[in-house]
Amino acid sequence: MIRLVPNHADQIERSEKVKFTFDGQPIEGHAGESLVSALLRANALTLRHAPNDAAPRGAFCCMGLCQECAVLVAGQVVEACRTDVAANLIVERV
Amino acid sequence: MSDHYDIAVVGAGPAGGTAAVTAAKAGLRVVVLDEQPKAGGQVWRAKSASIRSAPKTPETTAGDGLRRTLANSDATLLSDTRVWDIRRTGDTWQLQILRGGQSEQINARALILATGAREYVQPVPGWTTPGVIGLAGATALFKQSLTLPGKRTVISGTGPLVFYVASEIRRLGGTVTAVVTPNTRTDWARALPSMVSQPRLLARGGLWMADLMLARVPILWGHGVSAVEGTDHVTAIHTRNLKTTGTGPTFDADSLCLGHGLIPNIEAAQMLGVAIHHDPALGGWVPDADPDGATQVAGLYLCGDGCGIRGVTAAGLQGTLTGARAARDLGKAAPAPALQSWHRAARFGQAMTRLSIPTPQLAALSTDDTILCRCESLTRADISAEIDTGAASTNAVKSGRRAGMGPCGGKYCQTAIAALIAAQTGKTAADIPPSTPRPPLRPVPLGQAVGDFDYDDLPIPKPAPL
Repeated sequence: MIRLVPNHADQIERSEKVKFTFDGQPIEGHAGESLVSALLRANALTLRHAPNDAAPRGAFCCMGLCQECAVLVAGQVVEACRTDVAANLIVERV
Repeated sequence: MSDHYDIAVVGAGPAGGTAAVTAAKAGLRVVVLDEQPKAGGQVWRAKSASIRSAPKTPETTAGDGLRRTLANSDATLLSDTRVWDIRRTGDTWQLQILRGGQSEQINARALILATGAREYVQPVPGWTTPGVIGLAGATALFKQSLTLPGKRTVISGTGPLVFYVASEIRRLGGTVTAVVTPNTRTDWARALPSMVSQPRLLARGGLWMADLMLARVPILWGHGVSAVEGTDHVTAIHTRNLKTTGTGPTFDADSLCLGHGLIPNIEAAQMLGVAIHHDPALGGWVPDADPDGATQVAGLYLCGDGCGIRGVTAAGLQGTLTGARAARDLGKAAPAPALQSWHRAARFGQAMTRLSIPTPQLAALSTDDTILCRCESLTRADISAEIDTGAASTNAVKSGRRAGMGPCGGKYCQTAIAALIAAQTGKTAADIPPSTPRPPLRPVPLGQAVGDFDYDDLPIPKPAPL
């Protein structure tokens, strides 16, 4: 089939894969990508539960505004869309 | 720690970055503050360290150009920096910033706000399901990480962004299940005359659309997403014909990118006393500012999408105008560039913004059970009941139900709530201003806001005489 928009997937070279954990579950991500990017690829979509109705929520605005991707790293609440994947990072649900 | 500059620029996108370079060239000490790791703003967001190499796009080339110009200039870029409060003491602007987990203060004689835009997403049933992300949010994922939102994605929203997102998903090897846009072909035909002035962008848009057609991706014109199916992940997307309100096709998908136009980030300008007015063709509420960025507040300048959605080309041109104006006001020689090219670019940008003017048909996609305030899980019925008790302003709804007081600070509910108040009280959007902004402008962990201090340094006032 003719494509006017080329598929560039094979031309992307990413950094080495590293392991981290999310809520105890081992996840692989590329060093330096955002946590949201790695968690999406690993199909770990539910990052938190809404405080009032406990409904599952995931990354939404991807630019540090909505706070839906708030997770715990080293005891601090951080936005997963603004936090980089690093080897052995321990990420917990809030 | 505190630092003194001639000019502080908030935002290192096309507008702020260019303003900083222009003012620095005029011989001023300029600092640019941006919350991202690199300059570029949302539109020219830089790739993360996880990308070793990848084919270039027009966005990466333009962004690299700005980053290089900024690096070669005398302006100081403080990245990964969040500005959470701004005040003025005497002739000095004092900016409270968070950087590397530390709270610091920046002082400047003049302040340029280039705060850009965020996205309006019309709440629809199921839009809080994990796997639903903003349309602009999707572009952030692509630009920063070259990551796809899912394996089979429905793209829905207004303006040119739906077609850009669809083409990027295809470029990154993903599958676009369908494009669902509330715009009709007639809407686009109306925008065409203003697009002729930007033939390169017009050609690019034509190519995206032709590619989708060749790939037999369904494009639903005049349709909206009426519901997202799934609990902890998306399973299907239901659609509706907005004109006939008839049920449209349902698509099996694991992800949805949803967005209905950009809204200027006006909170900082508003907080500092700049008057605002409503202009649907500029993205809703915008601060009053001249084309060269000057406002009625001395020493305060605005440029880029933060003072009206006119698009990236206009933002860059306005950055130059604003940097020069601020430099002249501080006594430096800086030639005033002609306004003509800014006007031309702004006309194109505004034609695109008009495609996203909210309609009653779009608002009708929300139901009584649809969550409007994501932070507090408040439904339309909750907000509606509050309005019925007499809450006729966004401030009243906020204090009554906490809608807008959650962690997002109202950034994702205020527009929908204002529209609901207007509809329910028989007013227009221009009658319902956004709620009064208060610091922090960005979420701040309490420990970081407090900063480092020694207990002994705390001033203890003398006891009052008895």
